[in-house]
Amino acid sequence: MWATLQHELRASYAFVERNIHLVRRYMGWEMVWFTYSLATTLSIAYIGKAMEYIGHAEVDTDYLVLYLVIGTLVWRFLAFLFHDISEMVQWERWEGTIEYTLMAPIHRITQMLGQTFFAVLHGAVFTSAIALAIILLFDISLTRSNVFGAVLVLFAGSLSFIGMGIMASILPLLFPERGVQMTNVAEALLLLFSGIYYPIHVLPKWMQLIARVSPATYVLQGMRATLLQGASTRSILPVVGLLILWGFGMIGGGLWAFRRAELYAKRTGRLKRNG
Amino acid sequence: MKPTRHVVRSYHTGTTLWAVEVEGVTKTFSLNESGSLVQRLRGRAQSRTVHALRAVSFTIRPREIFGVLGPNGSGKSTLIRILSTLIIPDEGQARVFGHDVVREDLAVKRLINRVSVEAAFFKKLSPVENLLYGARLYGLSGREARERIYAILRRLGVRESSYTRPMEEMSRGMQQKVAIARAFLTSPVLLLLDEPTTGLDPRSKREVQALVRELRETHDATIILTTHDMNEAEALCDRIAILDEGRIVALDTPEALKARVARPGVVPTMEDVFLALTGKQLNDRGDVLSPATSTR
Repeated sequence: MWATLQHELRASYAFVERNIHLVRRYMGWEMVWFTYSLATTLSIAYIGKAMEYIGHAEVDTDYLVLYLVIGTLVWRFLAFLFHDISEMVQWERWEGTIEYTLMAPIHRITQMLGQTFFAVLHGAVFTSAIALAIILLFDISLTRSNVFGAVLVLFAGSLSFIGMGIMASILPLLFPERGVQMTNVAEALLLLFSGIYYPIHVLPKWMQLIARVSPATYVLQGMRATLLQGASTRSILPVVGLLILWGFGMIGGGLWAFRRAELYAKRTGRLKRNG
Repeated sequence: MKPTRHVVRSYHTGTTLWAVEVEGVTKTFSLNESGSLVQRLRGRAQSRTVHALRAVSFTIRPREIFGVLGPNGSGKSTLIRILSTLIIPDEGQARVFGHDVVREDLAVKRLINRVSVEAAFFKKLSPVENLLYGARLYGLSGREARERIYAILRRLGVRESSYTRPMEEMSRGMQQKVAIARAFLTSPVLLLLDEPTTGLDPRSKREVQALVRELRETHDATIILTTHDMNEAEALCDRIAILDEGRIVALDTPEALKARVARPGVVPTMEDVFLALTGKQLNDRGDVLSPATSTR
């Protein structure tokens, strides 16, 4: 039992270590991506700061900046999770190593755990660095905020994004060329419908219906309630519970779907490097 | 992952111990789907059916080097992928030391490793980083993996200065050596070599061939080698199966195969054997020569 667990843990760590090595080797691109993300985040925050001048009306600028910053940072982190997990098949297809990884004597959940742990680590470091830059440039106060509650909401919401990432990773497995394009479209739609930079009630009715089935909507509502209004941890527990249930459902569904897709790919010979 | 442990637990058929059993394996693929995504989803896209393997059957004894000789497109790689648990056959069964490759894929994966014609690696990572990843997937600790990695790379003659440089800076021959190191690292009891010397220069080819022999001698490994190189098949293999258009047209020792086509006063080569049994001649890349380009 212990030997099996040790084997699976080592195998899981293989994905973390490999990805850290890849990040180091592609450090130039990491810096490019960081600069781009930082510039985008700061630009959005400055829109908040400029609203009084743009709209010729009195606005609680600090509130608006924090509202936008929460959106952009939460999205940055969740998108990282989604990206790093959903691209686990695509990276390996690109490098030609997919068959070797799928041939290794490990359970698929072991691979997912390793990839997820790395994604959380990667996203946390990246998002923290951007958050630090914002703190240095903007006068942001969290004295009235419930930071513990916000972390709890983010953790609960992350589970759904892990599940969605696993589901999206199937696309490059089934559609060698178009899969990654579909993944990017899915991510863009999540950004649009989930109220990252605005409350969802400003959307048309049909878009609001879609927004209500996106877990990101509830993560953002919970984060804003705790950080902007200082909502108590007790008051957000129903949302946290819902997100955890949703998350485990999506992870379970993702693992099941990945297994089915892997079998389909093995029956149709789609694992080959060039499809 | 000691080979002997698996051999002791391996499968018996009467008095015979088989490393590999393949029974009536058939595989068909649909290729070249054309048409839009909508047409595909409505099942109106055009596709071509390719019969990769047609009722292929054979058995392999432990410690045997078993060659599969055939032109490109004959089904060699499909056969290797089925034994690697990467393709599920349409019909028939394949077992590795008694474990079914479909139903007991995890048990099979613990026994095998594979070297393919393309040295598939993370090209920006170094040989050590790539091998460390491979070793950890097979449950080796970091320290144990590093010790084995350095020993194997030294044995394979990979320059020490290359150990930490990106794979993409290495020659094709060197990359293939690292691919072989990856397979050796896990001490597989069944090693699947899918055209491991294709595209290598003569010297690298000889080195790889020496390593294959050494692996059998030192690790008690069973080896399946696919190739279109007749000389390589004859030099390395105890028995050779000639695969053509998904069918095994002959299976025997190199000497017995030659004896089948021998004529008085002429010692046949493996090329003669292949030509006599399939009616085809291959070029260096493993493609079938058309009658117009054939020298015979």
